[in-house]
Order: sequence, then structure tokens, then C-alpha cells
Amino acid sequence: MKKNAVPLLVLAVLAVFPLVVTSDYFLHLMILFLLWVVIGSSWNVLAGYTGQVSFGHAAFFGVGAYTAGLLFQHLQISPWWGMALGGIVAALIGLPFGAICFPLRGAYFALASLALGEGIRHIATISESFTGGMMGIMIMPSFVSKIPYYYIALALSALSVLSIRLVIRTKPGYYFVSIREDQDAAESLGIDTTLYKNVSLAISSFWTGMAGAFYMNYMGFVDPHVVFSLHDYSVMAILVAIVGGVGTIYGPAVGAFIMVAVQEFFRSGFFGLFDYLGRVTGAPAFASLSEVVRQAHVLGFGILVVVVILFLPNGIVGDWEKIRRNVFRIQPTR
Amino acid sequence: MAFFRVEKLVKQFGGLTAVNNVSFEVKQGEIFGLIGPNGSGKTTTFNMISGTYPPTSGKVFFKGKEIQGRKPHRICHLGIGRTFQVVKPLGRMTVLDNVIAASFSRENRMRGAREQAEKTIAFCGLDPVSGTLAKSLPIAGRKRLEIARAMATRPELLLLDETAAGLNPTESLEAVELIKKIRENGTTIVIIEHIMRVIMTISDRIHAINFGQTIAEGTPSDVAANPQVIEAYLGTDYA
Repeated sequence: MKKNAVPLLVLAVLAVFPLVVTSDYFLHLMILFLLWVVIGSSWNVLAGYTGQVSFGHAAFFGVGAYTAGLLFQHLQISPWWGMALGGIVAALIGLPFGAICFPLRGAYFALASLALGEGIRHIATISESFTGGMMGIMIMPSFVSKIPYYYIALALSALSVLSIRLVIRTKPGYYFVSIREDQDAAESLGIDTTLYKNVSLAISSFWTGMAGAFYMNYMGFVDPHVVFSLHDYSVMAILVAIVGGVGTIYGPAVGAFIMVAVQEFFRSGFFGLFDYLGRVTGAPAFASLSEVVRQAHVLGFGILVVVVILFLPNGIVGDWEKIRRNVFRIQPTR
Repeated sequence: MAFFRVEKLVKQFGGLTAVNNVSFEVKQGEIFGLIGPNGSGKTTTFNMISGTYPPTSGKVFFKGKEIQGRKPHRICHLGIGRTFQVVKPLGRMTVLDNVIAASFSRENRMRGAREQAEKTIAFCGLDPVSGTLAKSLPIAGRKRLEIARAMATRPELLLLDETAAGLNPTESLEAVELIKKIRENGTTIVIIEHIMRVIMTISDRIHAINFGQTIAEGTPSDVAANPQVIEAYLGTDYA
């Protein structure tokens, strides 16, 4: 049980968080964090455990979001039902794609996934009569308060991490890692590599689609450039997992927290500190500094990833022992 | 009905015929040696049997069933295990996890697979390193892990591809002991080996090929005395 102490403690803290912190701003950030736990963990199943790197998770995210939105727009079905379907539709998009790409080895899946994401974005843009094209889809959010959304996101992230953990520690998990480590060896051990890659893709796309459908419910608005964004979703999913730890259960959760914090840091210009200093002192230098920080968003991500890859190639969770040794000067217990 | 038989196997890679009309039969319970100089087509023969690629022509029979051209994972489930000449450890998994992954071919539950794996590891003498990452094993350990993993799939026929290559004399002696133990356990073995001391002592029968074609078959002493075999290995001066 001691092994599960930290995750359970974190879960308990997250459960009482809205009771302690009532600020909408921080609740919004926490919801984004929980959303990224789902997406990062999903990406990690496919890429981190099974070794099939995807550059197109925005496709599954966007398909999930559009499923919820379109059901409401065309059939007036509550987008919460769409949430249940969002994951399934995303998995249905994933399966034929996997069936085509997975018999191939090497970089083909990664390249094709990039094409999948961009392709679906264009489809959503040009089929105006069906998706609304660039106008996107707008729905009325069900709740005014952010607290219900927070708990739904918390349930979603807890369930996704738990289910992934369950899968990873049983037969499919062993098969995923075997495929990642050596496909020929895996085949010789009786593993149907194409089948299990598809299983991994199905799990991964399902949870990413659920996250997308939740996003539709929460934000109330999607358009192709938002939810199918290569930079904001496909690449961000990769960064979340890399920073936290590829191929570890809780790595993406840690990565999600850091990446959402870093993103907000840049977006808000040091959490509004420079703007505040600018107002207090009246010095125009602070305003321009704040502007620089905002503009440096992508550069900052780039530097962060370079630093992580150089010093913590297995991510924060994967290299935790190393961090303990070098930063906290604690000797490993074993 | 023969336990295992290959019939007129041919494999062409473009214009190169790697294996040309090779046939042999293996009886249940024997150790069958496959020898030949470098590039004579031994591993290609293994790859055709284990399904890595289909033969250009020819047939493979296992327990009366025609099995050529099936996928490697199907061949494994039929009861044919193999090791790789160039070892393929699942590097970032422990030795135990490597073998558990293999045990899952016969067991769906974690506990059963784990028990099976622990037994196999003990059988192969890998228990001192069972918690070590496979990538940090020395070569002798990796070769042994190849065998343990193949054994965990509970094969009736085991294809061993140069399991003694690269080992020092003590280690290769230990490998021979392990192979004998596997046979005593009821597994039939086809073995490719370059080290004559190894293959001559453990094989019941040997099949020699050169340039993809059969040059001799028989008991180790027969094959060793065969002029064509001597020519293939040592040149015409000695034949």
C-alpha cells in the first residue's frame, strides 16, 4: 500500500481543492491540468509503452470534441451524452488508421499520424454544412460554476490513469512494452504485434476523445484551429509526457501540472507580476518585459524540453532517483 | 507421420538463392544439428520455419500440419520456440519481466504467468539475475535469457541459433548442459552451431549445408568424416 500512498494523497488533495480555493482562475487552471493528465497519459500508452510515437493526437481530441458538439447541434442530444460517445468515435477513427499503418514498422506510423491530424483538421474546416467550418460550434455550458466541471475532470483523469495502470500491469501491458523493446523478439514470443498495437491505439484514442468531448462541454466553443491544433494538442501531448516521464504511469500527470503552469506563466507574463509592477511603479519597462515574456512562449517550451532531455532523459518521474540523489542529496533506499 | 519435417525449402532474395532445396526430418526427442559455413543458409532456414518470412517454395510440416508461411506469433502458439543468433533482449525490462512476457503466450493471468516464468528462470539458472535489466546482462546471460524466454512459451520444438557463439569455454560447457537438460525435459531441439566441440557432442544427427544446399546428413562422426563437409570447412586440400 505504501507504493500507492503518494498518488492517493495527491488524489485526496485534488478532491478537496475546490473547497479550499474558490478562485475561478485557479479552478480553470486545475481543470486544464486534469484535462492534460488524460491526454498525456493516453499518448503515453501508445508512444511511451508501446513505442508507437504519435504526432496526431489532436485528431482524436478534436474528433471527441466535435462528436459532442455535432450531436447537440444536429440532433439536440445533450453534449454530456456526446462525452460518452466522443471516446468511442475517436477510437473508431483510430482503428482503421491503425489497421493500415501498424503492419508497417519504423517511422511510418509517426508520419501518418501527423497526416491524420492535419487531414482531419482540413476536413472539419471545409465541410461547412456539417461542422460549421471555420465558424466552429458553440453550445451553452450546462453549469455556471466551475466546480462541477472540476470534479468531472478529476473523475475523468483518475479513471483514465487507473484504467491505464490496470492494463499496463497485466498481459496487454507486458505485450505493449515487449513490442516497444523489440518487435521481432515480441513476435517470436507469440505476440500478435499488429493486434496489440491496435489495442494500445484504441485505449489511447478513446481517452483522448473523452478529453476532447469534455473540452467541448467545458469551453462551450470549438473550431478546427483550436481543437485540431498541431501545436496546442499533438505536440503539447508529447511535451507533457516527455517532461513527466515517458513510459511511467504517473509521469504524464506530473508533466501536465508543469506544462500547464509553464504555459500559464508565459501567457500571463509571470502570472501578471510584470503588469502589476508596471502599474505600481509606472515604469513602461515592465509592460514591455511582460510583452516579451508573452511572446517567448514557444521559445520557453523549447528550452524546457531541451533541458529535460539533456538532464532528465527519462522525465521527472522516470529519473526521480537521480533527482533525489543530486538535488535533495538523499541516498536511494536500496 | 514425422514429428517435424521440412520439404524442398527454397528461399530467393532477388537473384540470390539463399536456401536451395533443403529437406530434413526431425524425430521427437532428438537433438538435430544444422551446420554449414558462414552464409550457407542456416539462419535463413530457421527464419522460414519460424515464420519471419515465407519460403519461396517448399513445405514445413509440424505434427502433420503444414505450417509454412504462417506469422511468427502463430508458429509460437503451435509449439515452436526460437532463439536469435543476434540476441534480442527486451532491454528495459528485467529478466523476470522478459520471461513473464513470454509466459503470457500460454497463460492469461498475471499470477500464472509469473509462476511459470519463475520456474523457467530457475530451470535455466538465471535466478541470481532475475531482477536485473536485460540490457545490463553480459553476453552469456543474454544467450541464456534467449533460451529461457523461448522455453517459457512451452515449445515442443526449440530452434536454437548459435547459443554457444561468443561464450568462453566454461560458459559454452554450461550452455551444453542446459541444452541437454531441455531435451531430457521432453523438448525436441534443432540447433545451429559453429563450435564443433559443442555440436559434435550433443547432436544425435547432423545436417550439413553449404551454399544453401544439403551436402551431408547423418551421425556426427559420419558427417565429420564426409569429404564434402571437410571441403566446405577446410578447403579442397584436406578433403
